Amino acid sequence: MPVYNLKVNGQSHTVEVDQDTPLLWVLRDHLDMVGTKFGCGIGQCGACTIHLDGSATRSCLLQVSMVKNMEITTIEGLSEDASHPVQQAWKEVDVPQCGYCQAGQMMSAVAFIKQNKNPNKIEIRNAMSGNICRCAAYNRIEKAVEVAASKMS
Amino acid sequence: MKKNISPSFSRRSFIKTSALVGGGMLIGFNLFQACKPETVPPVDISQLNFNDFNAFIKIADNGMVTIFSPNPEIGQGVKTSMPMLIAEELDVSWNNVIVAQGALDTKNFTRQVAGGSQSLRQGWEPLRQTGATARQMLINAAANKWGVSASECKTENGVIINSNGDKLGYGEVVKEAVTLPIPEKIVLKNPKEFKIIGKDIPNVDIDKIITGKSLYGMDYKEEMMLYASVLRPPAFGKKLIDFDDTSVKAISGVKDVVKFGDKIAVLAKDTWTAMKGKKALKANWTSDSKLENTEDHDKILINLLNGQEFNTLRADGDVKKAFAEADQVIERIYESPFLPHNCMEPMNFFADVTAEKVRLVGPIQTPAGTARRVAQLLGRDPDSVSVEMTRMGGGFGRRLYGDFALEAAEISSIAKAPVKVVYSREDDMSAGIYRPAIKYKISAAIKEGEITGYHLKEASINSNMYGLIPNFFPAGAIKNYQVDVASYQSEITTGAWRAPYTNFLSFAEQSFFDELAELIEVDCIQLRLDLLQKVKGTTDEKIQYSPERLENVIKVAVDKSGWKNTKEGVYQGFSAYYCHNTHVAEVADVIVEDDMPVVKKITCVVDCGIVVNPLGAKNQIEGGIIDGVGHAMYGDFSFTDGEPQDKNFDTYRLIRINETPIVETHFIESNIAPTGLGEPTLPPAGAAVANAIKASKGIRLYKQPFIKHIKAKELLG
Ligand code: FES
Ligand code: FES
Repeated sequence: MPVYNLKVNGQSHTVEVDQDTPLLWVLRDHLDMVGTKFGCGIGQCGACTIHLDGSATRSCLLQVSMVKNMEITTIEGLSEDASHPVQQAWKEVDVPQCGYCQAGQMMSAVAFIKQNKNPNKIEIRNAMSGNICRCAAYNRIEKAVEVAASKMS
Repeated sequence: MKKNISPSFSRRSFIKTSALVGGGMLIGFNLFQACKPETVPPVDISQLNFNDFNAFIKIADNGMVTIFSPNPEIGQGVKTSMPMLIAEELDVSWNNVIVAQGALDTKNFTRQVAGGSQSLRQGWEPLRQTGATARQMLINAAANKWGVSASECKTENGVIINSNGDKLGYGEVVKEAVTLPIPEKIVLKNPKEFKIIGKDIPNVDIDKIITGKSLYGMDYKEEMMLYASVLRPPAFGKKLIDFDDTSVKAISGVKDVVKFGDKIAVLAKDTWTAMKGKKALKANWTSDSKLENTEDHDKILINLLNGQEFNTLRADGDVKKAFAEADQVIERIYESPFLPHNCMEPMNFFADVTAEKVRLVGPIQTPAGTARRVAQLLGRDPDSVSVEMTRMGGGFGRRLYGDFALEAAEISSIAKAPVKVVYSREDDMSAGIYRPAIKYKISAAIKEGEITGYHLKEASINSNMYGLIPNFFPAGAIKNYQVDVASYQSEITTGAWRAPYTNFLSFAEQSFFDELAELIEVDCIQLRLDLLQKVKGTTDEKIQYSPERLENVIKVAVDKSGWKNTKEGVYQGFSAYYCHNTHVAEVADVIVEDDMPVVKKITCVVDCGIVVNPLGAKNQIEGGIIDGVGHAMYGDFSFTDGEPQDKNFDTYRLIRINETPIVETHFIESNIAPTGLGEPTLPPAGAAVANAIKASKGIRLYKQPFIKHIKAKELLG
């Protein structure tokens, strides 16, 4: 089985997995980073969102063989103490219900705010429309992105 | 003013204390077993079973209080709100409270149902009594120490104070408190004295969620554990003939292939390999009866509605006569599809079956029942089966059914290995226990402008409305009133789905009232108020809703929504409903964009008694409403030859953030015990939107999902 060197949250890891294994399952099953979630496996729900060299990507569709030498950031890499402005905003607004989708929501939000420091409501809605929240905590997600953007600008 | 509670049972029999090694005291208590899905919401708090509910409070000698939450979290905020009730009566500062989940393998945490909307309602008195009992114990200990009477002492934020002004912290008296008898007489606070209840308290697990900690069943792992992906019959009604796993076994990392019943599990070193292995399985299937189709169901249910074979669940007056004597009769049929739950976290469960014991871990709402079923399945002593609950990535009713835990247990037992069964989204959507497809026929008899008769008929797959639902509004308001039900037995598995039955019934009835109002030329709000007027003072004990409270939410909603007073281009629809002991009114604001309705806002007025945690409550309300709007607009699920036609989110449409209305919530101030929140705001949402769509586009909707039927109607012109 091939061996891959991955750089996740600034740290190097070596894994031995099939080349077609999605990064999602490498993170969850092999690197014990379970913050990144499985929701659909086909790029439709956003629960598995991570950053690849800073841009939001669906890790369920990303084969491990394709991420060599790239900078991978997961929810665990935002901050361990919940101090990242997006985490802070999520806390202030008390967004989660079941919470399962929220890591993906936050990773989408971080990447989006980096590109758009002062988003309006429509831009927020469009940017976040790739992430499903089955509990429908959408009003709070929208609000939290707004709060986070103001913290980050 | 304090409220005296005379114990209806000995407090000593359900509260026990122990001195902890290393200091502090532990209070263990039995409360109750929350309701099962099939049971009726209890009418009376005294009817609850107080034997099967267990939780603990630890008071450390530094005064810190740890409450071992009686309920695992499913997304309804009970892990935060239930401990708030204990802390309130214990009279400690929330900052000094830690909420923890039960430890591994504690049998004490295996015997509950993680309740739906009813948990808080049922916990309201007993949890507060538990807190108050603990407080009294500490007071008694301090009073003994001081040599004063306990009645001279009071408490404040974790400190006991006597009439001389002497103070002792809770932690300073725990040693003594443990040795004292459990007080039989306690007083509960008057709601006016509440310091924690009614405050915005953030979700106790927030930090773990936002930093991506392991919390959910999906995250659970153990050394040596194998991941299992299960191939199930591709259609309801199909059975396994045989299978070929040659190419599966060739995949490196696949450890075992296990057949059980009509299913085959592939066990592997990781989830991906197990899923790949499952895809490589070749299986042959057969069926001994005709496979089912949605089109056939539609015909069958309509035939049932038009037939004569019904169970009558409520009959007032003489409906037949009322219709015979009517000047005018209106009759409408409302139709809904099956719906999958689609919890964000797909079904999964861990099982380790060894010769000595059976260990199960995962997201489940019915641990006790599941343990029993697993014991039965494996022929084990129930005492050797333990179930540990994890946080749940949504439930909506799906995790009441332990089918996935039984699968895990069976596979582990055959493979003789610890196993975690993981559903893919496709598995989750096609091995569902769906909201059944339902149709309603509602008829009303009108004589001299009055509604003299009301006849509701339900035709549903597998089972019918239950409990007190036939007595919901407008029962009691119309003299001649009848509810009849019929069902068709299908191979397709169905069960509870957020606000069972009322999730669609409310749409049917609240749409019907609007049409009725048009027909008899009465304002649609007035029609509802007039009907409620007739229920006031009813002596019918089956009528649980309060006409006064329903009237009140309606009036406040008219006021708060700017009813009929909106900007140009904004159309409104009204709906009001009672279920899960909660009274709700909703107004939908709809605009038309590119010829399609867009729901911009829902104004919601809720009377759910005392609001324990407004921050969490609003989250539930917003979620329930958007869920209701989403499924009414988009939720569509059908079967062809027993096979679900949608299996993932590429074709199955769930509401997304850009389609979401802004929810504005208003609570009715109340001193009444809290009632359900997770479910009751969902049912009225569909009708509010449908009635607004009628106002905007002139299209009256009778079927869900709206999006499909609006398009169909427009094509027909
Ligand atoms: S799991 Fe990757 S998008 Fe759904
Ligand atoms: S919080 Fe439950 S899916 Fe988003």
